[in-house]
Amino acid sequence: MVAEGARNGGKRGSATLHVDVRVAHGEGFALDVRFDAAPGVTVLFGPSGSGKSTTLAAIAGLARPTSGRIALGEETWFDAASRVDVPVHKRAVAFVFQSLALFPHMTAAQNIAYGMHRDLDREAKRKRALALLERLRVAPLADRKPATFSGGEAQRVALARALATEPRVVLLDEPFSALDRELRVDLVGDLREFVRELDVPVLFVTHHRQEARALGQRVVVLDRGRVERVGTVDELGGGGRDMSFDETPLDPDGMMRR
Amino acid sequence: MDLGPLALSLQIATVATLLAAAIGVGLATLLANVRFPGRDLVDVVVTAPIVLPPTVLGYYLLVSVGRRSFIGHAFEAIFGSPIVFTRTGAVLAATVGALPLVVKSGRAALEGVDATLIRAARTLGAGAGRAFLTVQLPLAARGIIAALMLAFARSLGDFGITLMVAGDIPGETQTASLAIYDAIQEHRDQAALVMVVALTAIAVAILYTVNKLAPGGRDGR
Repeated sequence: MVAEGARNGGKRGSATLHVDVRVAHGEGFALDVRFDAAPGVTVLFGPSGSGKSTTLAAIAGLARPTSGRIALGEETWFDAASRVDVPVHKRAVAFVFQSLALFPHMTAAQNIAYGMHRDLDREAKRKRALALLERLRVAPLADRKPATFSGGEAQRVALARALATEPRVVLLDEPFSALDRELRVDLVGDLREFVRELDVPVLFVTHHRQEARALGQRVVVLDRGRVERVGTVDELGGGGRDMSFDETPLDPDGMMRR
Repeated sequence: MDLGPLALSLQIATVATLLAAAIGVGLATLLANVRFPGRDLVDVVVTAPIVLPPTVLGYYLLVSVGRRSFIGHAFEAIFGSPIVFTRTGAVLAATVGALPLVVKSGRAALEGVDATLIRAARTLGAGAGRAFLTVQLPLAARGIIAALMLAFARSLGDFGITLMVAGDIPGETQTASLAIYDAIQEHRDQAALVMVVALTAIAVAILYTVNKLAPGGRDGR
């Protein structure tokens, strides 16, 4: 992964993700968001139903917005006006789902190799998969299937699988939400390291202030399908609505809905 | 002891199951994964054989592939033998009876695969086809195999549709279930009993295996 970082270096890195999409729903819009995400971590925050997941799905190409535009640098991925809609598998987006979505019928190494570049042969893929597992300190899992993983192990394998694809954008949908605090801190550290090397836009959905702080400064707050504000973690740190950036909110949805 | 009808049944059921697998899994995939106009109608037409009387189905088949129908005429012109009242007709009858089982259970198995897994495959660079072949189909395989086994059992036991479309010609279309009927009519109870026991044993063995394959049974993942 590290060595191959420069494989398609010409296309990789330093491109900003532009998101400007609307999803119609009845009379109005269920989602109407506009923001830019430069390389590095942008935290996407909001209660459930605020449009975080739909936003990620639209960026990945898993959901089609009614109107608007999504572009990475100069490259348009979606443009309703000119009918551009690059299919999911051509967008080079790494998506870590909340449920992780590891393939249950494949070993950790096979899961990680799944998204690797076509040109790599079997041996090369396996070697890279093992290197990634090693790096995430879960090397012994290589030939085991996900049913036998602990929560933290599954998380690491999912992360490795996403990052093995040489993504141009990384989308993380509350990937650590099921973990206890200690593990989370651990994984956030690993993720931060990867992100620094990747130099691509990373959208991280979370409602843990600690995670947000550890990962990046930029925060986009979503509420009821709109961007409520864009700023830094520190700005959003105290008072009023921003109480929702609690250290360990047990029910962030409830807190935001008041 | 004449085991000819039993052998013929197994032969016809095997071919019918292969046909039902090819057509049925294809239709199941279409119904599970593709939204197209008329999808509900296709679903109803394909699964109708479950609820229609065999004689009604047989009637429709006679009308559509009989010697004077377009299909029947074309088939006879090409292969030199008609569909109806031949072994081809018996295979067709068994296939039609088995198809809904493959489509219904196959579709359920395919739809039962967590959609997020398929989405994950797509974000990992897999086109729709690769995601289907490497993720959805393998994860639905147990359900599909179970469906095919049920389809085999169903084709093995068909009576009504076969009688309507293929008749009851010894050595040609007289399958075990038809032979049992004839044997009873002719008071050859011993012959009937042998085939009854054989068909029962096969059916029970299949159901037992299917239950083992079903979700909830221990899977080896």
